[in-house]
Amino acid sequence: MSESLLSTPRTPPRFSATFDPYTISQIHRAAATGIYDIRGGGAKRAVPHFDDLLFLGASMSRYPLEGYREKCGTDVILGNRFASKPIKLKTPVTIAGMSFGALSGPAKEALGRGASAVGTSTTTGDGGMTPEERGHSQTLVYQYLPSRYGMNPDDLRRADAIEVVVGQGAKPGGGGMLLGQKISARVAGMRCLPEGIDQRSACRHPDWTGPDDLEIKIGELREITDWEKPIYVKIGGSRPYYDTALAAKAGADVVVVDGMQGGTAATQEVFIENVGIPTLACIHQAAQALQDLGLHRKVQLIVSGGIRTGADVAKALALGADAVAIGTAALIALGDNDPLLEEEYRKLGTTAGAYDDWQEGRDPAGITTQDPELAARLDPVKAGHRLANYLSVLTLEAQAIARACGKSHVHNLEPEDLVALTIEAAAMARVPLAGTDWIPGVPGRGL
Amino acid sequence: MPVVDLATVSIRDLNRALHNLPENTNETGWTICNPGGRHSIAAGVDAPIDIEIDGHVGYYCAGMNKHAEITINGNAGVGLAENMMSGIVRVKGDASQAAGATGQGGLLVIEGNASARCGISMKGIEIVVKGSIGPMSAFMAQAGSLVVLGDAGEALGDSIYEARLFVRGEVKSLGSDCEEKVIGDEERTILSGLLGRAGIDVSVDGFRLYGSARRLYHFHIDNAY
Ligand SMILES: Cc1cc2nc3c(=O)[nH]c(=O)nc-3n(C[C@H](O)[C@H](O)[C@H](O)COP(=O)(O)O)c2cc1C
Repeated sequence: MSESLLSTPRTPPRFSATFDPYTISQIHRAAATGIYDIRGGGAKRAVPHFDDLLFLGASMSRYPLEGYREKCGTDVILGNRFASKPIKLKTPVTIAGMSFGALSGPAKEALGRGASAVGTSTTTGDGGMTPEERGHSQTLVYQYLPSRYGMNPDDLRRADAIEVVVGQGAKPGGGGMLLGQKISARVAGMRCLPEGIDQRSACRHPDWTGPDDLEIKIGELREITDWEKPIYVKIGGSRPYYDTALAAKAGADVVVVDGMQGGTAATQEVFIENVGIPTLACIHQAAQALQDLGLHRKVQLIVSGGIRTGADVAKALALGADAVAIGTAALIALGDNDPLLEEEYRKLGTTAGAYDDWQEGRDPAGITTQDPELAARLDPVKAGHRLANYLSVLTLEAQAIARACGKSHVHNLEPEDLVALTIEAAAMARVPLAGTDWIPGVPGRGL
Repeated sequence: MPVVDLATVSIRDLNRALHNLPENTNETGWTICNPGGRHSIAAGVDAPIDIEIDGHVGYYCAGMNKHAEITINGNAGVGLAENMMSGIVRVKGDASQAAGATGQGGLLVIEGNASARCGISMKGIEIVVKGSIGPMSAFMAQAGSLVVLGDAGEALGDSIYEARLFVRGEVKSLGSDCEEKVIGDEERTILSGLLGRAGIDVSVDGFRLYGSARRLYHFHIDNAY
């Protein structure tokens, strides 16, 4: 090369914003395999989220409470609309439904132990109820899914509440998925499936279609359980206003709304990233639907999808939720994506913090696996203890914020305590842009 | 022997009474009159008793039944004997959609016709239909047997797993991954046993057997429909 060319200033290599390196790798992967990518976890793209909201705190017009000592209640009652035995929890942070099958036996046990230690509930999943999780969960919600794997009236009566799953935030409109590596003899037996097949759960309920049928179905579940159990309806965030209204009209005691950041054990990447709406966009609409029906706080609202901190919990409650549910964060608390396992993540072609191939069943943390050797790595007592600690922190953090806003119960947080950092978040959450009165889309609020 | 008149007794009171029967009860023969198409009649029964229902029932009659022998002298609405665990449910008339859906065990006999999605997602139940069945029947059927003396509608056994489908009449079309199978001695024995238990006196000859081609059991590009 000539002297002059070398000395000519050159631009560094520039990646395309459209064809960025990740997109290019996706195209290469697709071209090499001919099949879509499947992974666990929720949407990884950045979408408006709780980070885009701030609390105002007390000031001249509001009186704060002392941050640690003064009483700030966190208890919540779920299901007192029709059920004779509603659920009473000490904290509004619950554990979301994750199946035995997707998770190992010790992981399910740890979830039960951790949740019970702090007085909250855990939830079964798309695969039935195991004696271990019933045994270790003080309060257990039993999911009633389209697949009806392992469904039976005895477990229905053993449960403390029933959750009719219509959809999930990671994949509204999609059914469950469990790949062959995780269909062990026990998992297959519980689901009545051949061992080792790639299993796809139904995406539609087999014996009801639409909200009018759902009302009759809920009636049947109430009859079978003698009107004792609260009945939840879980929907994936897509049309939260109408879905919440229809679920309430169908007779739900509790509506669970799960936004697009919500985790899954296994789904197509294209589905996870492109179907459904952010959690932040769901809460106001769901709460508004209940308010319009005169049912807010009578039908409880549980929000999930990307809850990580006590601030997230407090923001969800302030926007109108009665409780939240966590999936991914609970797995992380058990030990998922721990940097201590970096060497093993490297062997799997990934790194701690990015591991999402939960569908493969090779989880070095022993959580998303059915391999007995890997599963045995998770000590359910220790992991349960870690989860209990984490749940306590979420509760303490939510209380700290509530006290700063002058609330003696976390449920007294309200939208007026919040502002948004971005116009998008302001429009979705229906709170003003910080430093203004502007709520985009609300007549009479600014511009 | 108890007679419950649903013109005056609520479904709640009926089901409560049925659920609260002590073990070894001697109230083993129940008659329910004036069902009037109500929903969830005798849902969640868990006792070896006989229940005779004189008239038509609505949705989810005999849902999740365990041990009871329930006879409906009329027609049945959606989801008859859904998720049945054991026992026998017999409807003398026709059954609406999703009869025997997700049933895990027991025997369901439909003396008339069954509508769409009969035996959908069945998990071990045995269903015998004297008449014909509607479209999308035995969708994702996992285990158990479905016997149809008449015809089957479109997309029979779509995405079927390991259930056996015996049809004597015409099958309008088969769903994804469902194919005709050779009937061996084992299947003949199963079929004749089921016909016998259902009280139907026809020859096992003339039935065709359908089951899973097992081409969708593993994700592979060539499996995509
Ligand atoms: C490993 C795993 C398995 C899951 N299994 C189920 C399930 O069986 N049924 C269901 O309704 N949701 C399932 N979900 C979704 C959770 O119930 C919940 O909606 C979601 O995890 C909440 O979002 P988060 O993960 O951001 O907390 C699963 C999630 C994960 C991470």
